[in-house]
Amino acid sequence: MALGLSVIFGMLRIVNFAHGAMFMLGAFVAYYGFQLVHMPFYAAIIVAPLIVAAFGLAIEVLFLRRLYRLDPLYGLLFTFALVLIIEDSMRLVAGSVGSPYETPAGLDFAVNIGFALFPAYRLFAIGFAMVVCLVVWLILERTPLGARIRAATEAPVLVRALGIDTQLLVSLTFAAGVALAALGGVLAAPIQNVEPTMGDKIIINTFAIVVIGGLGSIGGSVITGFALGLLQTLGAVIFPAFNDTLIFMLMIIVLLIRPSGLFGAPASAK
Amino acid sequence: MTAALFGTRRGAIVAAVLLLIALALPKLVYPVLAIDIIAYGLFAVAFDLLLGFTGLLSFGHAMFWGGAGYVATILIAKANVPFPLAVILAIAYAAVLALIVGAIAIRRQGIYFAMITLALAQLQYFFAYQLGGWTGGENGVQLSSRGTLFGIALENDIAFYYAVLAVAALGTYLVVRVVRSPFGAVLGAMRENEQRAIALGFRVDRYKLIAFVMSGTLAGVAGVLFAVGNRLSGLDGVDWHTSGKVVMMSILGGIGTVFGPIAGAGIFESLDFFVSKTAIGDKTNIVMGTIFALCVLLFRRGIIGELLADRTKRAKT
Repeated sequence: MALGLSVIFGMLRIVNFAHGAMFMLGAFVAYYGFQLVHMPFYAAIIVAPLIVAAFGLAIEVLFLRRLYRLDPLYGLLFTFALVLIIEDSMRLVAGSVGSPYETPAGLDFAVNIGFALFPAYRLFAIGFAMVVCLVVWLILERTPLGARIRAATEAPVLVRALGIDTQLLVSLTFAAGVALAALGGVLAAPIQNVEPTMGDKIIINTFAIVVIGGLGSIGGSVITGFALGLLQTLGAVIFPAFNDTLIFMLMIIVLLIRPSGLFGAPASAK
Repeated sequence: MTAALFGTRRGAIVAAVLLLIALALPKLVYPVLAIDIIAYGLFAVAFDLLLGFTGLLSFGHAMFWGGAGYVATILIAKANVPFPLAVILAIAYAAVLALIVGAIAIRRQGIYFAMITLALAQLQYFFAYQLGGWTGGENGVQLSSRGTLFGIALENDIAFYYAVLAVAALGTYLVVRVVRSPFGAVLGAMRENEQRAIALGFRVDRYKLIAFVMSGTLAGVAGVLFAVGNRLSGLDGVDWHTSGKVVMMSILGGIGTVFGPIAGAGIFESLDFFVSKTAIGDKTNIVMGTIFALCVLLFRRGIIGELLADRTKRAKT
């Protein structure tokens, strides 16, 4: 999740509020895929991100593209409007009540991890997410495509002068970010209920993660994301009532000590 | 942009028309809806002081609006604090909260500022949710009566509406005065070019913080009006959707125009009300979101902003 957001922001300078909505859509595609055509989970993990990414691409090409030359705040506002539209549309289609998504076959047992029983699916989800993060990081840092994307972010005019289609790169990057969000949604579907507001709960957390880790810093947001996940799991045991506030407390502390985020470059740019 | 407020004839006409509509509003719509519109109008004006005149987009303004509403209703309903004192304490709460949040948030700019205010607002939301013993959790805090002010019972919706309108008019007048003062000119300078304002010797952080506290306090006033008007404060008020709502109202009406956000609040609230009576039901955000998306894409000056804009200038931008 945080990774997708960080990728999109880093590349496009657009903060995507609709990221949570894309997350939710990913879960719903998996859900309806199962309901309508009995699409198995392992297929949904590939199909759902592709479908949602296509949707994201359409939005980028049709609307967001017009907003790049403006203040990034307009991008933020536009995606906020998208959230409202998508969320209420899904409430209209699917109703407000959540629906469960079955744990995929083969992973519906518990594992003894020494001190507690842990559902196998959760281990799978965490492992899968880690692998995806690693792959994205490798693509960005170690491949020619990744180098072009990073170059297009830092000096779009120069890159265009070299004959590279930056617009295409930007669109692809956006679609990839959306696909990551949708993938997160599919992975989360068996853990929580599939419901129209499921994106809400995480988008704010994701924002906090990105602020703490430093925007545009992919490694930073991944490390922060996992560290905070761990912190929240521990927090749930130690003082459950205020677990949700932990992440924000941490954000305040980080902002006071290191305003650009733990891994962010101390840039003065907006 | 600021000079166009009262300086031009068109600006004065817009202000006069809005005032006439406001005076007749309880005859046009349900009185409680009218109260909501004016309360949201003041909220949007407070927000516009920050976004339109200082260039800071706060995505957490619901924390002042809903937070002050909570404080007022809790003090009255649970602690039997006299009405005027409860209101003053609620507004003081908004001011102190704005001071703390502002001090943290102004460390970053632009989009980071928006995200930090949003996260801090969520922090308050979670506290409100967890402290169900005081805030009533999902049910909120209800008031049995609106109380009295200067011996006038505020139970009558029409009487309360005009009291709200008077407060909102006063608040709007204050914002106009602030914006047209030398202080407001510094805010505008920061919005246009922060580096230059620093170079000119202005301590921009201090100006930003003052503007933030003013805006948050006024949002608190509006929130108290809303909560008392509805005899209820709940989690909705501190939720981030409410923060988003005031952003939409302000931009729809036109930021940096003072009266635009009021008009935006009126249009938004009444449209929301009428849409909710159609087949869409409570999924009004499909319509509101679409309108707002179009607004961001096509007319970023907002409705009143477009009306006030010079035709020749509009052709250029």
